[in-house]
Amino acid sequence: MAKNASVDFADMQGLLRFGYAKLTEASFLLLRIRDAAAARAWLAAAPVSTAEYQSPPPAAALQIAFTSEGLRVLGLAGDVLAGFSAEFLAGMSSDRSRSRRLGDTGNNAPQYWQWGGAARVPHVAAMLYAREGGLGAWTQTVKGVGWDAAFEVMDCLPTSNLYGVEPFGFTDGVSQPTIDWEQQHMMRDPNEPVLDYSNLVAPGEFLLGYPNEYYRYTDRPLLSDESEGASILPGAEDRTGMRDLGRNGSYLVMRQLAQDVRGFWKFANGQANGDADERRQLAQAMVGRTLKGDPLAQAAERPITGVDAEDAAQNGFTFDADANGTRCPFGAHIRRANPRTNDLPGAENHLISKLVHTLGFEDGSFRDDVISPTRFHRLLRRGREYGPGLTQQEALEPAPSDDPERGIHFISLGANISRQFEFVQSAWLMSSKFGGMTGESDPLLGNREPISGCPVTSGFSLPREGSAPRRLEGLPQFIAVRGGAYFFLPGIRALRYLARER
Amino acid sequence: MTPQANLTVFAPVTAGREDALRSLLESMNTQPGAANALNGLIPFGALGELHFARLVILDDPTLGDCALYHLPRPNYPVYLALLCDFDGSFDAFVKKLVQVAAEGLRRIFTHCTDFDPALDLERWLKTHHVRPATCYVNWVGRTMLEVREESALTDALRAFMSANPAVANLEPRQLHQSLRNFAAAEQKAGRLTLTAEKATPLGWVIGNFLHLIGVPLALLALAPFLLLYAPIYVLLLRSKERSDPEFAPRPDAEHAARLSALEDYDVTNQFSAFGSIKPGLFRRWTLIFLLWVIDYTARHIYRHGRLARVNTIHFARWVFIDNKNRLFFASNYDGSLDSYMDDFINKVAFGLNVVFSNGIGYPTTNWLALDGAKDEQKFKYYIRRHELPTEVWYNAHPGLTALDLARNRLIRQGLENAAISEMELQQWIQIL
Repeated sequence: MAKNASVDFADMQGLLRFGYAKLTEASFLLLRIRDAAAARAWLAAAPVSTAEYQSPPPAAALQIAFTSEGLRVLGLAGDVLAGFSAEFLAGMSSDRSRSRRLGDTGNNAPQYWQWGGAARVPHVAAMLYAREGGLGAWTQTVKGVGWDAAFEVMDCLPTSNLYGVEPFGFTDGVSQPTIDWEQQHMMRDPNEPVLDYSNLVAPGEFLLGYPNEYYRYTDRPLLSDESEGASILPGAEDRTGMRDLGRNGSYLVMRQLAQDVRGFWKFANGQANGDADERRQLAQAMVGRTLKGDPLAQAAERPITGVDAEDAAQNGFTFDADANGTRCPFGAHIRRANPRTNDLPGAENHLISKLVHTLGFEDGSFRDDVISPTRFHRLLRRGREYGPGLTQQEALEPAPSDDPERGIHFISLGANISRQFEFVQSAWLMSSKFGGMTGESDPLLGNREPISGCPVTSGFSLPREGSAPRRLEGLPQFIAVRGGAYFFLPGIRALRYLARER
Repeated sequence: MTPQANLTVFAPVTAGREDALRSLLESMNTQPGAANALNGLIPFGALGELHFARLVILDDPTLGDCALYHLPRPNYPVYLALLCDFDGSFDAFVKKLVQVAAEGLRRIFTHCTDFDPALDLERWLKTHHVRPATCYVNWVGRTMLEVREESALTDALRAFMSANPAVANLEPRQLHQSLRNFAAAEQKAGRLTLTAEKATPLGWVIGNFLHLIGVPLALLALAPFLLLYAPIYVLLLRSKERSDPEFAPRPDAEHAARLSALEDYDVTNQFSAFGSIKPGLFRRWTLIFLLWVIDYTARHIYRHGRLARVNTIHFARWVFIDNKNRLFFASNYDGSLDSYMDDFINKVAFGLNVVFSNGIGYPTTNWLALDGAKDEQKFKYYIRRHELPTEVWYNAHPGLTALDLARNRLIRQGLENAAISEMELQQWIQIL
């Protein structure tokens, strides 16, 4: 297997490396292609931002991603397209089995979505970012000539700047995986368990064309050297004589999630009988962090690889020392979304201990070792808020009749949609059986829909030291899905290949 | 304790009648792949001791993979398999099954070549039962009666605490007493039953004991031969591992869609897979030996809640058919297929490898147990490609995972333990 010393930032779209936090204005244009040739011509000239550092930092950025339907309409050959993953090809909303797994049932079902449902799947997402006050001008610059001939704007998703806080009022985007760009810490023997939770993740988990956490290459379209136009593509690291259309690209999952901020705080307020402290504590227990982003779980004794010193206060922790969930409930949002488990929970680093744990001979609680190792299920999140903010006080007041929708455009990047986004969404967030619990799903994201044999999924348990867990019942739905799609975020050379004249 | 047993019937389907059989089986379902508990053919729900059942048509689309070894496509029949996992004795179950479903069974098996409606159905089923090479039961001796009673108990305790928040806030010892009083009153009122465990059948105890010591004794007797042969075995294994072809293409979209349409209605899913064993005696004997060893561990070691690290499998079995040229695998597991496969890869790859690496096309292993399934993408393709749609599937306890069953059992044990220790009590209240 060829080994690459470092990655090629110049061939990568910037979103893989940057969140563009300084570019506080953003909008996501969901496009349908009117004319493939015109679209290719526009794409060939589009000022797409790369992942290289720039000095001074850019005042604006553009990122481009495609759905599988978009790639097909753009003219990508069917046999090449077939090299993308099955879930990308099928799309987020196309199949009812997938919708069941993702919790897109009831009023979350794709038929009710504003975009991304059957007849409203976009072809292209043009993601525009700019400094405050600059978005209008940047949008005009980006569109340039040929835009109207190329695209029809299906939807324009505006965003808002809530100053680092998501609509419920919690600090957002606190935990992110650190990408091992230098590939220095990769586990080269997949048979060897990793005994410490690490936040440093192989680039191949987020970028196609690089080894992933199994030290394998994720499937993506490869073309022979001779195929038409392929010479501008990078070579495939793992296959000589092949060009890699996926390399330096990633899959981008976008979901528009409407948040019922008033419903959330009113529910917490009702449970707390109007007591402000208790209301806040309950909300924090549902999230697993304080409003400011500090974890409820206690700090790890040893530093965690991939969590640097300045991030240690907020991310230097696991749930190992909180086996009963009395500090951070098992069902808290951040514990479900990132359980911070290692490959062999409880094992020490010597042969006997590893063997005992591998064979399942350790003596413990029935819920030990029930959660999959986290390193195979990480998401790089790049979401943006939309709609006006609300303070806790405002949220408790009656809603005006024209209360605007608010929420988050959830965006995540990953090389394997089924093992990352879909797994986290279904096995951890929506599952009513996560971590040996029952009758509850994610306190924020749960759709509260009954499933076969489980009429109730709307509970939330708060384990307590020295007494039975406190169980909340009848959590309303706080988050509703309004749209979503799977995109491919190509590398720069792949984008040029897609946009080439023919 | 009442141990579980299984029925595993294989019967070749008459050529040309497969489609008719498929639509007959479909008529047993309320939704794709999920049986109506009281369907007109086999009213599974009328069999109180039944945990899981399924009907699968075994039409292996991967038979052509023999071409990797330059062998012609073999001409095996398409089989219909009927699988049941139940409490109590095999004979008693088959008798009862025939009592409640004779007509339906006849209508189903009429599609099979060697079935004659005039035959003694009970005998016919027994002669078509194929003893699995390996059986796994999540909790040996946990009966359906126990599952139902303990689930009702947990629900009742939770409802009681939810209706009486003051009770839930009691200190542990008082809470324990209060719940004991509540459960006793409910039992007295006939709203709850907690049946005491029955004595284990003596024949089973003896048989199990003989198996427990018999297998190690047999291994001991074989040891000199095995040791002598070991170096040759290793050489052969390594050379085969270097030369055996991998064949794990992405399953076609239509096949994958047919399978996923049957999944994720319940928290538990079914899995049926089928494949051909690599040609030659080496792989066949390796597989026979390893399945024998795994069966032993399942019977005597992994009896209570987990198979090595995996705690999501309710029942599973491996069955040889066609003169041990082919292997059938069936399981009932919690969660979605992706999380099941991730468990396979991340928790028990070694176990999967030693068995499935003897199947044609499996991702390359090293030293039998290493790599293989760790080639995540290929392994997932391989598994999905060899999976077959389960036409009819019955789960007697929808909505309850193996962990739920384990927890409900712990809740009952804690409740019934009047002299519960302080430490046990602290753990017990956390799972309420």
